[in-house]
Amino acid sequence: MSTRLAKQGRLIDRNKQIEFTFNGKRMTGYAGDTLASALLANDQMMVGRSFKYHRPRGLVAAGSEEPNALMQLGSGDRYEPNQRATTTELFSGLSAKSQNHWPNLEFDVLAINNKLGRFLTAGFYYKMFMYPRAAWKHVYEPIIRASAGLGKAPDKETKDADTYEHFYFFADVVVVGGGVAGLQAAKAAAASGAKVLVLEQNAYWGGRAPVDGGTIDGEAPEAWIEKTRAELAAMDNVTLRDRCMASGVYDHGYVLGYERLTDHAPGQGGPRHRLWRIRAKQIVTATGAIERPLSFAGNDVPGVMLAASMRDYVVNWGVTPGRKVVVATNNDDAYRTALVLHEAGCDVVRILDARNNGGGDLMEEARQKGIRVECGRAIAKVSGGKRVKKVAICAQNGTGGAQEEIEADAVAMSGGWSPVVHLWSHCGGKLNWDDAQAHFRPDAARPPLGDNGKGFVVAAGSADGEMALGPVLVNASAAGSKAAEDAGFPAKTVAAAAGVDSVEAPMEAVWLMPAQADIGLRMKSWLDYQNDVKVSDVQLAAREGYESVEHTKRYTTLGMATDQGKLSNINGLAILADSLNSEIPQVGTTTFRPPYHPISMGVIGGEARGDIFQPVRKTPMYEWNDTNGADWEPVGHWRRPFAYVNKGESVHDAVNREVKNTRENLGLLDASTLGKLVVKGPDAGRFLDMMYTNMMSTLKIGKCRYGLMCSENGFLMDDGVVARIDEDTWLCHTTTGGAESIHGHMEEWLQTEWWDWKVYVANVTEQFAQIAVVGPNARKVLEKLNTAAGGGMDLSKEALPFMEWRDGKIGGYDARAYRISFSGELSYEIAVPASQGLAFWNAIMEAGKEFGVMPYGTETLHILRAEKGFIMIGDETDGTVIPQDLNLQWALSKKKEDYLGKRAHLRSHMADPDRWKLVGLETVDGSVLPDGAYALGEGINANGQKNVIGRVTSTYFSATLDRGIAMGLVKHGPDRMGEVITFPGTDGKTYEAKIVDPVFYDKDGEKQNV
Amino acid sequence: MLILECPYCGVKAEETELHAGGEAHLKRFGPGSTDGEFHDYLFMRENPKGVHFERWRHANGCGKWFHAARCTMTLEVFGTYSAQTFEPPQEIRDAITAKRPGWTWRDLK
Ligand SMILES: [Zn+2]
Repeated sequence: MSTRLAKQGRLIDRNKQIEFTFNGKRMTGYAGDTLASALLANDQMMVGRSFKYHRPRGLVAAGSEEPNALMQLGSGDRYEPNQRATTTELFSGLSAKSQNHWPNLEFDVLAINNKLGRFLTAGFYYKMFMYPRAAWKHVYEPIIRASAGLGKAPDKETKDADTYEHFYFFADVVVVGGGVAGLQAAKAAAASGAKVLVLEQNAYWGGRAPVDGGTIDGEAPEAWIEKTRAELAAMDNVTLRDRCMASGVYDHGYVLGYERLTDHAPGQGGPRHRLWRIRAKQIVTATGAIERPLSFAGNDVPGVMLAASMRDYVVNWGVTPGRKVVVATNNDDAYRTALVLHEAGCDVVRILDARNNGGGDLMEEARQKGIRVECGRAIAKVSGGKRVKKVAICAQNGTGGAQEEIEADAVAMSGGWSPVVHLWSHCGGKLNWDDAQAHFRPDAARPPLGDNGKGFVVAAGSADGEMALGPVLVNASAAGSKAAEDAGFPAKTVAAAAGVDSVEAPMEAVWLMPAQADIGLRMKSWLDYQNDVKVSDVQLAAREGYESVEHTKRYTTLGMATDQGKLSNINGLAILADSLNSEIPQVGTTTFRPPYHPISMGVIGGEARGDIFQPVRKTPMYEWNDTNGADWEPVGHWRRPFAYVNKGESVHDAVNREVKNTRENLGLLDASTLGKLVVKGPDAGRFLDMMYTNMMSTLKIGKCRYGLMCSENGFLMDDGVVARIDEDTWLCHTTTGGAESIHGHMEEWLQTEWWDWKVYVANVTEQFAQIAVVGPNARKVLEKLNTAAGGGMDLSKEALPFMEWRDGKIGGYDARAYRISFSGELSYEIAVPASQGLAFWNAIMEAGKEFGVMPYGTETLHILRAEKGFIMIGDETDGTVIPQDLNLQWALSKKKEDYLGKRAHLRSHMADPDRWKLVGLETVDGSVLPDGAYALGEGINANGQKNVIGRVTSTYFSATLDRGIAMGLVKHGPDRMGEVITFPGTDGKTYEAKIVDPVFYDKDGEKQNV
Repeated sequence: MLILECPYCGVKAEETELHAGGEAHLKRFGPGSTDGEFHDYLFMRENPKGVHFERWRHANGCGKWFHAARCTMTLEVFGTYSAQTFEPPQEIRDAITAKRPGWTWRDLK
């Protein structure tokens, strides 16, 4: 059984007991435990079930490489799935649940998949679910969806109760990893005066060294670690952060750090996670190495663990996964585990060293302690189901026959070590295959390159492939010095601390145990624990023609689980290389992508959530609108009133009231969001003639013109009224959403094509409040204001005709009044300085009482324009529509030699007479057409779908006409007036609509021109 | 997260401050051009593995468009320069030649 030892446990405080629950069961651990070590101390060997076969799974590792122990933590608004027990620090009240099983961990229905294993081989998704076609939707997909996935997603209505933040940092040298290599590298870099940031993912410093032993400068590693950490902490140019993992390295020295501030102490306040957004001149990756499993049958039975991880549990947390342990290895390091277990009073029943000649000093030491060591031997099979019971032993060089079976309750395995090269590789650092150590290590000659073309990442210590303590420290010191020098600081050599360790015999690569294991064993030899990929799956993929490692990965799902193949990748590609009769370096690795280890979604969002998700742009009348019933609608970053809803009134009723009142009396629209661009300069007219399809240079001062803008490839992109202000100044109105983008569009052409033209463009959108005063009483209310102020601008038809503008005073306010109309009514759009906007609005509201004034929102704006057949950018246009489609040929200048879009309109498809064209649509029964509905034509297309001949672009209920009205684009539409066409809705109904003129109301424009 | 130095304001700008504008030094074809010329102007673009010339805008900065010469493979930046030029200045071409002897791009060498 797994249990807490009487001694050991350098990280735990046995005086501080902590209560927690696992699957509802109360358990006890100590301060300093991880959830994983605490579970082991409570004899909870089984921690979950595997993804595909639902096999019982236990802890394999002690760090972020753990593939099995994924937990659902917390509940309610602090619930989170897929948290690793090994990286979760224990706290009082922690509640964890295992996942991927039903109905419970001990008894799981889908474990039947285990029996069906031979049907669930590599590529089973592609093979099994192909036929019959109908079965996919009704049988396969529901089953896969129910059984796939790991933890349950949080409830969509529940909001995360924690807060998160982003933090910006600039450093000369970022050292990733606070083990002995990281500390040594930081010391060397800091000595040059460089600003150094050291990130350590754990809550403690020193990495593996205190567990692995040896001496540094003649002392135990722990003493040197604490001394060096304290030295660094005292330096002004050094910042140390623990519980902070560098999750990714990106272009030109960008690093993301993931700091977990309160995961270990919920309720202490402040943000839970902090995302460090770091710019570094140089990065030292002192990220250590990860041990590889051995591929033998039953290597996934709970109780089979990486040898060094088992040592971690004993030394760091004083727990052992078993009392009778078998050690299997191809290198000397696993002997350290055997010695530690022996020292802790456990029975190391056998060390199976796959090497014929065994190991070095450490093997001798083990033998002297009375541990039985057998060389050239291997594990044939581990059996026991939910935990290790028996280990069958055979010759390594064989097929797995002639077995001896011994009893054990845990197995420690070591297949050698792989440097953690992820951060080195994220941005293009290349690797070399090291045959002696059977791993990939960074190639210092091919680092990721910065903007200056020089390397910006230096690997240090065992992350660079150095595995013994002495060379690790020497390598790390040099890496730190180099990083500082490359960051622009004078070279300063710092003597590395002297590390002394046991002399080790060379390791020997073992990719399969035993070497010629038969198929029965290979089908139980796991490569990827989390995704349930076995040796036999990769071999099958190779037989089926998968030669690229990237293809094999996707076909078998090897390395695609949340651990991203930290344990499985090298073993998997070794099997692939063998199957292809190739060499490992020729097969190569898959791509390393950030994040190194999953980070929370919360920290990616940071502070940007809720009210401060993004800035809200407010017009000067925002508060008035808000307190007067505005039903807000987001338009870009603006908020605009959709309608002003009175007490006891529905939004729909409010809209109908606003429409009728504006047509019959007086409506006010807050039009301040409309884009306003001043275009000025000697060449401004010439420039606008290029920007707009119609002629703007000939516009007379004091007059307005409605203009269209096309992109260079001819599509309609924006529209609006342009006013000529003086000889060299125009004011261009854009759509609300277009103000910034059209400004950018103009700047682009001015700066990059016609840079010799003398034109300035300024976006003055927010400098003005703009109010549309609309309806038969519009002139009356403004004249009343002028009378009250003792005079003002002449607003008569003669003095200010339709499509002209004037500057002056209205009601005492500085005003520019445009006689333009987007509603078909008598209308003045009046711009006043933003600071006077609210007062001016209030003045009109007050004076307008006797004229029946009411504010109206964007929905009424839309309905009024649709009744008049005016197009709306974004409704009638979608980036594929040209002015000709909307019957706007009149706005395309024939006099101008050139404008943006002119040449494009000559392209054959643009001139195609079959293009869908704008028409009005009237339902036969007066109902409202569904938005976006497609019109059916005759016959079917090549895909067997019904042909479509048009679609609805705008559709509303018109209170004025008391019926549904719509606009749409229909093939040959203008030639088909009076025809009835059908539109299937998504509600199962079919709508019939007659093609009509898009101008539904006041066809002759008599109302606006009074 | 590239870093490009804006040649107008001198700021070493991060990609979040910049707006990518595609290939540099396009020659505009308008009315009077053939269908082939206009098609190529609109749609045909270089896609090099190596030396490339691009347009960028210091959008969240001074607002100016500029040109950048960089390597699409190693992300090395050879230099940035004015948008108001028809082809890369000699010092930019020399900087590329120093690092990538024998480089070519369209008809440039
Ligand atoms: Zn700039």
